[in-house]
Amino acid sequence: MYLKHALRAATAMTFVATAAAHAQSITIATVNNGDMIRMQGYTDKFTEATGIDVEWVTLEENVLRQRVTTDITTNGGQFDIMTIGMYETPIWGANGWLVPLDGLSEDYDVGDILPAMSGGLSHEGTLYAAPFYGESSMIMYRTDLMEKAGMEMPEAPSWQFIKEAAAAMTDRDADINGICLRGKAGWGEGGAFITAMSNSFGARWFDEDWKPQFDQPEWADTLNFYVEMMSESGPAGYATNGFNENLSLFQQGKCGMWIDATVAASFVTNPTDSTVADSVGFALAPDTGLGKRSNWLWAWALAIPAGTQQEDAAKQFIEWATSKDYIELVAENEGWANVPPGARTSLYENPEYQKVPFAKMTLDSILSADPNNPTVKPVPYVGIQFAAIPEFAGIATQVSQEFSAVYAGQQTVEEALAKAQAFTAEEMEAAGY
Amino acid sequence: MARTVTTRRKSFNTALAWAVGLLIFFPILWTILTSFKTEAQAIASPPLFLNFNWTLENYAIVQERSDYMRFLWNSVIIAGGSTVLGVIIAVPAAWAMAFVPSKRTKDILLWMLSTKMLPAVGVLYPIYLLFIRLGLLDTRGGLVVVLMLINLPIIVWMLYTYFREIPGEILEAARMDGATLKEEILYVLTPMAIPGIASTVLLNFILAWNEAFWTLNLTAVDAAPLTAFIASYSSPEGLFFAKLSAASTMAIAPILILGWFSQKQLVRGLTFGAVK
Repeated sequence: MYLKHALRAATAMTFVATAAAHAQSITIATVNNGDMIRMQGYTDKFTEATGIDVEWVTLEENVLRQRVTTDITTNGGQFDIMTIGMYETPIWGANGWLVPLDGLSEDYDVGDILPAMSGGLSHEGTLYAAPFYGESSMIMYRTDLMEKAGMEMPEAPSWQFIKEAAAAMTDRDADINGICLRGKAGWGEGGAFITAMSNSFGARWFDEDWKPQFDQPEWADTLNFYVEMMSESGPAGYATNGFNENLSLFQQGKCGMWIDATVAASFVTNPTDSTVADSVGFALAPDTGLGKRSNWLWAWALAIPAGTQQEDAAKQFIEWATSKDYIELVAENEGWANVPPGARTSLYENPEYQKVPFAKMTLDSILSADPNNPTVKPVPYVGIQFAAIPEFAGIATQVSQEFSAVYAGQQTVEEALAKAQAFTAEEMEAAGY
Repeated sequence: MARTVTTRRKSFNTALAWAVGLLIFFPILWTILTSFKTEAQAIASPPLFLNFNWTLENYAIVQERSDYMRFLWNSVIIAGGSTVLGVIIAVPAAWAMAFVPSKRTKDILLWMLSTKMLPAVGVLYPIYLLFIRLGLLDTRGGLVVVLMLINLPIIVWMLYTYFREIPGEILEAARMDGATLKEEILYVLTPMAIPGIASTVLLNFILAWNEAFWTLNLTAVDAAPLTAFIASYSSPEGLFFAKLSAASTMAIAPILILGWFSQKQLVRGLTFGAVK
């Protein structure tokens, strides 16, 4: 009788253990973009190799940000891997909310990650998220319109040149705007652009004592230049244009120049969607000669929340998804132009990838961005188009709304900057800075 | 003196009603049309109305990428469950308020409705923490309870309004004939209020089906309904409007069909008691 019970118990335990082994599964929260969706298509290969099932939760960027922030701050444990950016990673790493990505295998070659990326995804030298793809910003311009205007785009132009070229390329009768730039409110939309642009004008968000700097002339110079140029050569309603709106305008041949994320290069040169695919040139984001260009730095990266029960499986997935092998897998099936860019040095040393028209300019843009020294004057924060402090997202959203109101003609530059200064000072004081 | 409605006025009213109806329906129509375009056609300027090459490619991609039936089933369970549970709780509550009112009945009704004025995000963290403690995160049961609680004030209010139109004498007569409270509610009150209950059920089913704050924030994989399905096709960095439109069309199709077949019932219920 005893033996019978023991056998039953052993069989049941074996069943449970087997089921658990087969049922090992990780849940990944991610954004909806081309590279991430492509990766989901290759997940079966990871499962075949490791036996680990992968469940995807794909959400729009802002929804995802709210969702994963709620989960990680409450230790909800809903996700084993989260797709986060350069803004969240150092803050969450410092709070102990992420598993440090140390002990990665030798084959993974962590030293191959572009230094700008690993620097932005680390806290005190510890890597907390592995970049799946990285981006900077650069100029995309119509080579035919530039030629028609009798001008030649330098590889590293100044803002003054861009303004003049935009005016020369503008043809209102033909519905061509010389330049398309983000103006939409939101810290990751128009706020990101104007902050990166202000760096090249010598402006900064905070001085070394965390005092807001909107009352300094550099911010007024930035906004006045932007508004003047966009009024002269920008599209109607630019105050509500973000990445997608400008992409749509550019693809339809309605923009002479567009300064935005380097990942847009693959969209505007894709003949299926873009009417101007064969006449697009690239250049570094402009400067004013002060030593800083107006390009940003961003990465979508994979991180493991500290509350996960599947740390080893999650690490295995991250090693696979951000490896050199994965890049080769995508290249083999879909061509080099479709591999996730901006994360690994070896990709840019690959002769095949060097043939991709926007590869060099993307790398140059990423290399010219330094998140630890983003502005002309010293600052106490890390980040180019953001300051990596928890309060920034809320403050910058409000400030960018004030700026968008200027673009829409609802208030003056001076009024917007005064409001931005007062609001930011109040919030920073309340936060104890 | 009876008011005469001229033919011209009738025509004008009909035309106006059609114009308003089309205006309201236009965004849905545009979404459906966009779902049959390519991504390039979806952003074409000037916009293409009917003169484009119709394609089912977006639907094929969406079907391939997402398990639509799983999202649909979750939506049915969550919306249906929360509505049924809400009605079961609200019928006795509305009965008490309509037929056995106290001095505070109006205050209670207003207080119930005032809970709808609190922005959902204000209680996100308390509810999220409760869900973690109770093991309800990413469960359909948890969402059924939350959506039921969110819509309960509306259900009670609607049923209260309908019940008030039923003469109390009929219930009194049933009581005198020996009906118990349960029998009075089940066999006398409920059959008389069927149009009102039906429209309440339909309206709340639609509200629960479309709810996109709690369903996104409290689910991940197992309980994710069609709102999460749509959210997975929205992107601020990339033009995927045609695919997003296909996903949206697939998400609203069931509720659109349900609304179409039950419109008479819905209108009858909503106008129940409006004309004496």
